[in-house]
Amino acid sequence: KHNYNAHNIPTFLSMKYLENQFKAFREKTAEAMPSSDWTPFEINRSLPPERADIVIVGGGVMGWSIAYWLKQKEKIREGVRVLVVERDPTYSQASTVLSAGGIRQQFSLPENIVLSIASADFMRNINKHLSVLNEDPVDLQFNHSGYLFLASENVAQIMEENYKTQRYVGAKVALLSPTQLKEKFPWINTDGIVLASYGLENEGWFDPWTLLNAFRRKAISMGVYQCFGEVTGFKYTTNSMNTAEGNKLDFQRIKYANVQMPNSLEYQPVECAIVVNAAGAFSGKVAEMMGIGLGLKDTIAGVPLPVEPRKRFVYVVHCPDGPGLETPFLIDYSGVYFRREGLGGNYIAGMSPEEEEPDTSNLEVDHQFFQEKVWPRLAHRVPAFENLKVKSAWAGFYDYNTFDQNGIVGNHPLVNNMFFATGFSGHGLQHSPAVGRAIAELILDGGFQTLDLSAFSFQRIITQEPMLEKNIV
Amino acid sequence: MAKTSMRRTFRLVPLLAATPRHWSSNPGAPPPLQTRLLLYLSHRFHDVETLLSWIPWLKSRGVRQKNIFYGYTQENFGDNVAAAFYILSLRGGFRFAGQSEWFRSNKRGKFSWDFINQRDATIEEVDASNTLINYTGLENLVKQKSLRTLSLCGCVEVDDWFLSRLHVFQDTLEELDISHCPQITVGGLASLRNLRALRRLDISSLPKLQDPGLVAILLEEMLPQCQVTAFGFDHSLTYSHTPTDAQRTESVQEQ
Repeated sequence: KHNYNAHNIPTFLSMKYLENQFKAFREKTAEAMPSSDWTPFEINRSLPPERADIVIVGGGVMGWSIAYWLKQKEKIREGVRVLVVERDPTYSQASTVLSAGGIRQQFSLPENIVLSIASADFMRNINKHLSVLNEDPVDLQFNHSGYLFLASENVAQIMEENYKTQRYVGAKVALLSPTQLKEKFPWINTDGIVLASYGLENEGWFDPWTLLNAFRRKAISMGVYQCFGEVTGFKYTTNSMNTAEGNKLDFQRIKYANVQMPNSLEYQPVECAIVVNAAGAFSGKVAEMMGIGLGLKDTIAGVPLPVEPRKRFVYVVHCPDGPGLETPFLIDYSGVYFRREGLGGNYIAGMSPEEEEPDTSNLEVDHQFFQEKVWPRLAHRVPAFENLKVKSAWAGFYDYNTFDQNGIVGNHPLVNNMFFATGFSGHGLQHSPAVGRAIAELILDGGFQTLDLSAFSFQRIITQEPMLEKNIV
Repeated sequence: MAKTSMRRTFRLVPLLAATPRHWSSNPGAPPPLQTRLLLYLSHRFHDVETLLSWIPWLKSRGVRQKNIFYGYTQENFGDNVAAAFYILSLRGGFRFAGQSEWFRSNKRGKFSWDFINQRDATIEEVDASNTLINYTGLENLVKQKSLRTLSLCGCVEVDDWFLSRLHVFQDTLEELDISHCPQITVGGLASLRNLRALRRLDISSLPKLQDPGLVAILLEEMLPQCQVTAFGFDHSLTYSHTPTDAQRTESVQEQ
């Protein structure tokens, strides 16, 4: 006796029944080969694999650098399955591609200096690391023009101390007096400058899109999975433990990362062992999905990841009589900076806003900011910039660490399998090769091997001990 | 089954032999048959791909061997002898300060060992043309505080990073010849701003320079006391691929 449903079609022919049977058939064949994820029919090819060892949230230069180093350091072929999840395939809001692309060793913290030196060494030998067989070699278009920091009276002391630290750690920097500065760069107005710090080697700027694509191409050639989708949530298990004093701590362990497809409600729970949060300006939101910061106020669970997006503007200007080929990446003590772009008299200029931060809901450019704040200071420092013309402008986000403007590298104490590689506040791009290697060592070797970045761990946020960088642009 | 696979291979043979594919880095003539065959095989077989990926590593081993740090010589004989030994093993030549005699190796790589006795003589001129000198090898030369001439004509391994390291000679280097170096770009030439004493710079025939005339002018502005020589570039106007007005009116009249 047949069953009939409302449309008078036999039940065993209706779409729902067929779909269920289909799904059961797929699951049965998948179970038959438990360690492989071969399925006879692939429904949606853009879904990520159902199982991955390490899921990297964020496909910027930091995420791909970590993916590359993880594959580079795996001891056996296909030892780790790495999945990089990127929300936006056009990279329209990604900080990497909107960056000015500079690299400098002139920091005040020795860890930052060492990271820059290691990253510069990586870029010098980039074809040894990132060349793929039968593809073009990587050309970063690195301009070795150096950085020039200018100091007024009240910051000259800090600059001297920084100079000592930089030389001690091994950066090639020189201090210049105003007369030497005028001799080297006759187009500068040395009014108000007491000291200048000039990078001689391993400093300059390069093309961030090329670096990102080099990492991505090499990582994909080594077998990293790439998925365009958004991580919307995690499934985790909770383990409650008591401390020696009797306080209760909830340890969470991420089991699944839910990756939602773009413009669709479809999502794939990716079973994973480790999640790396390299989401840049949006890392705070990813951390909130795990409940980091949503606990009681004075507990570890109540400490949020202090990373938020901050909008910064970059203006492309043309000046016919401007400084020539020797133009360094000049950073004035008033906060304004500029560098040469190409050979046609174009320059890139910008400034970190002092008082109020621009609205981060979009990437619209505020041209008034240039007219009122940036141009006067530029023209004061370089008189030739009095007649310049703004050709173009764009805005990008800093992954700004509101706590101490330095990166957070390491895992969270309560969510042991979520690693952070974010919060670099404008110097993530230049540190990406070295930080990628450090995270890969942390994950695969259990601890830092080449560079000790334990000073950048999440611990300092909990104990409220800031590692302030005195040279933020 | 055999028939279909044979038919497939026969279809591929003319593809291999004749097709002028667009090869990414060389828009000119397609590479020879053996290169295309190796490429085809490396796409199909992992072992061929692995073997081919070892070739650049083997090449770099040779370069690395030439540019090791002469630490033993430096410890036992001093910096100058170490630098001299390094340049001679690279098959280059040098001249000590205060002497007029050049030390070179002959075609077979043999050279006289007289330089060992002169521990205090610093090197004034170095001719490292057509050698495998690179950034790591420059470490052997950084202590030479009286280096006046450096000739790097035709050195394949000299790149922008090498030029940025030349700032160690900023007070003394007067002549620099980097013609025919295939890896140098404008970014590296910008780092020559530190060489205050530079009087003669030769940037002839640098293939990666896109606008050689403009770069020569900018370099002259950057280093006012330096004379920049830039031969071997084609400064003529290039044909654009957009139709000129004459051609456009012709085609309109034909219609």
